[in-house]
Amino acid sequence: MLRDITLGQYHPGDSCVHRLDPRTKLVLTIAYIAAVFLVRGFVGYALAAAFLLGATRLATISVRFLLKGVKPLVMILAFTFVLNVLFAPGETVWLTWGALRVTREGVLTALYFSLRLVFLVMGTSLLTLTTSPVALTDAMERLLSPLRAVRFPVHELAMMMSIALRFIPTLLEETDKIMKAQMARGADFESGNLLRRARAMVPLLVPLFVSAFQRAAELAMAMEARCYRGGTHRTRMKVLRYTRLDGVAAACMALLIALIALEGRLYG
Amino acid sequence: MTIQQSAPSPKVSVEDAVFTYQEDAAPAVDHVTLPIAPGEFVAVLGHNGSGKSSLAKLLNALHLPTQGAVYVCGMDTRQEALLWDIRQRAGMVFQNPDNQLVSTIVEEDVAFGLENLGVPPPQIRERVDAALAAVQMSDYRAAAPHMLSGGQKQRVAIAGVLAMAPEIMILDEATAMLDPSGRREVLDTMCTLHRERGMTVVWITHAMDEAAVAQRVVVLQAGRVALTGTPRQVFAQVERMRALKLDVPPMAEMARLLRARGVPVAADVLTVEEMVEEVCRLSSKT
Amino acid sequence: MPIVIENLTHTYMPGSPFQATAVHDVSLTVGDGEFLGLIGHTGSGKSTLVQHLNGLLRPTAGRVLVDGVDVFAKGTDRRAIRHKVGLVFQYPEHQLFDETVAKDIAFGPHNMGLDKEHVEARVLQACQWVGIDYQALGDRSIYELSGGQMRRVAIAGVLAMQPQVLVLDEPTAGLDPRGREDILTMVQRLHAEQAITVIMVSHSMEDVARLVNRIVVMNKGRVAMDGAPRQIFTRGEELRAMGLDVPEAVRLADALRARGFAIPPEACLPEEVCAAVAQALGEVGAC
Repeated sequence: MLRDITLGQYHPGDSCVHRLDPRTKLVLTIAYIAAVFLVRGFVGYALAAAFLLGATRLATISVRFLLKGVKPLVMILAFTFVLNVLFAPGETVWLTWGALRVTREGVLTALYFSLRLVFLVMGTSLLTLTTSPVALTDAMERLLSPLRAVRFPVHELAMMMSIALRFIPTLLEETDKIMKAQMARGADFESGNLLRRARAMVPLLVPLFVSAFQRAAELAMAMEARCYRGGTHRTRMKVLRYTRLDGVAAACMALLIALIALEGRLYG
Repeated sequence: MTIQQSAPSPKVSVEDAVFTYQEDAAPAVDHVTLPIAPGEFVAVLGHNGSGKSSLAKLLNALHLPTQGAVYVCGMDTRQEALLWDIRQRAGMVFQNPDNQLVSTIVEEDVAFGLENLGVPPPQIRERVDAALAAVQMSDYRAAAPHMLSGGQKQRVAIAGVLAMAPEIMILDEATAMLDPSGRREVLDTMCTLHRERGMTVVWITHAMDEAAVAQRVVVLQAGRVALTGTPRQVFAQVERMRALKLDVPPMAEMARLLRARGVPVAADVLTVEEMVEEVCRLSSKT
Repeated sequence: MPIVIENLTHTYMPGSPFQATAVHDVSLTVGDGEFLGLIGHTGSGKSTLVQHLNGLLRPTAGRVLVDGVDVFAKGTDRRAIRHKVGLVFQYPEHQLFDETVAKDIAFGPHNMGLDKEHVEARVLQACQWVGIDYQALGDRSIYELSGGQMRRVAIAGVLAMQPQVLVLDEPTAGLDPRGREDILTMVQRLHAEQAITVIMVSHSMEDVARLVNRIVVMNKGRVAMDGAPRQIFTRGEELRAMGLDVPEAVRLADALRARGFAIPPEACLPEEVCAAVAQALGEVGAC
């Protein structure tokens, strides 16, 4: 179940999308999400979809794999869809059932909202699939570095993030193992009411926290042994550099945003 | 003219060191004196709770002695100003491979120590590549640590220490969580570094066969040095080792069994090959 | 209560780029009261295989029958099967969670729906089996125990369900020689006295050699060898090719045989090889 989540997984490769500077990818992803939220009509969604598909193709990642990342969201999607259909205001009534009305506008709002969510997840998935977590935190650290002037702990934050990323697979594996070990002792994580289920989590969560704290203590010691003393005097092996590729990618994004804005204008 | 010969000054010198975790608890390290010569391969043995991990952490200033002193390359570990110099010279590999790798990419992890030391980027690259080559992990430079085997992870950890150009490497039960082939990989890697580069190695373990490759074995019990000598001298004392809750390599045990039956094989046999020679020697006599 | 594995295949994350088949078409029958050593290199599929025995993993293909019941057939009560087939994971002390030793051991029997007296009786019994002093340690916090004690408490947590089949995944991993010896002796006694079937996953031939009466060697997800320890140890070359070792006593016996000593082929425990060497030297040997 946990293994189905594609968000946050890195898919090593050597495509032009992989080779983009992580700072570019990070900023462009944010721009893309913003653009998707600006879209007003079908043409805009089509453009956004085309852009995403194009980028996915260039990254040599299968669209099916990317779509799998949306799977865990199906419940939320369905829920918001129904909610929007039933409660979004609208005039062109298609169906009435008691106090409930289904309107054209409601269906469209629901559809747009769902599409936005799907694009958002797919866009960020594409970012994390083509950018190693290290590169990503690196990009974040560097983009935020001006904030150091106001005593914002940029390095510490980036270090925390990269360690969290490093330990996600380890802790997932551990969760899986402890869960199975308790199931082997007859634990039942699936049935019963909410309270019962919450209580059933205790045998899973306690060992997981104990182990996480122990890991944290050991890691801290290992980092100290390797002379870690915070961000000062620290150098980095990899120096980030923008290339022509980054310019091209930025231009493409600018075009997309321009087209979407144009469409928005048309709809008034 | 006579040349005055003096013994080389030890790389690490533990001088009557005591280490206590809590004020009134029994000391984890109890008046240990242990000089380690440059280029020496020392194995430290002891059952769980015998104080071997605490001793290891005294060697790179992760712990500071409560009494006595520890010197690393002549530097007193209690001097705070020397802390980073000491840790750069005395590198440490820990037991759990998962809990000492910081980065999600192998080569980034190897670079971690050098980045902390503030080494310029081009040099980091060079030293990382060299360290990965030395542990034969160059092919995995871009891999994620969680996809590697235990032995590979520990080799990455070794590379991370090696890149910092240490003079002593301390391996604190670095093989305890590995399978037999992982153990062999890690031990072979350290033997090569010792042989080819004259690396001083402190190998902490409870695996007897690993201790057998060392030049000197130190056995700890309740924080004190209970036995010390070459592997042969130590493992010949089967009964004594048992009393210390330890084992001996299978062939040392075999020698004891044979001697108990009246077969006069040497007591200090360690390997199968040596045992074969012993048996042949005896049979040619009769 | 025999366990029958029929053409079992298990593929992790099918359809993803991380797809990996850990077990390929394995068929195996484990009879009542057997003490079986499941040996293999890391990644040979042994841990994956044993997680099918109590229905924690669903086979991609093939099936597992416990006492004639298909573990994944519709209507099978898998929790009941887990009471019969006790599985102790690697580093089982990581699963301890309750406040006290006694409460933690009671988790399994409690989940079985037993009443208070029965649960307590089982906790007491399990403590005795693993050599944990219930009077002295029952009310202690699990975090006050030593590593070896924690491991034994964790094993007691599974034994308290009184399974008929006990599966142990690397029960001695990470322990010092004394701790290892304690665990192995305990398992041996359980098998002998309680007549339960034991399946022990290990990569240590040395540990397994003197305990089990059958060894199954796995390599790359398949069963590579299956037989009595003595038969398996005669195939030293193949074992080494799979990244496994034969016990040193066996290597000594082989080496001496190659030098012309009359060491009988059935000698494989240290005591047996020793006796054979003493005898061979008693007669006139050639070298």
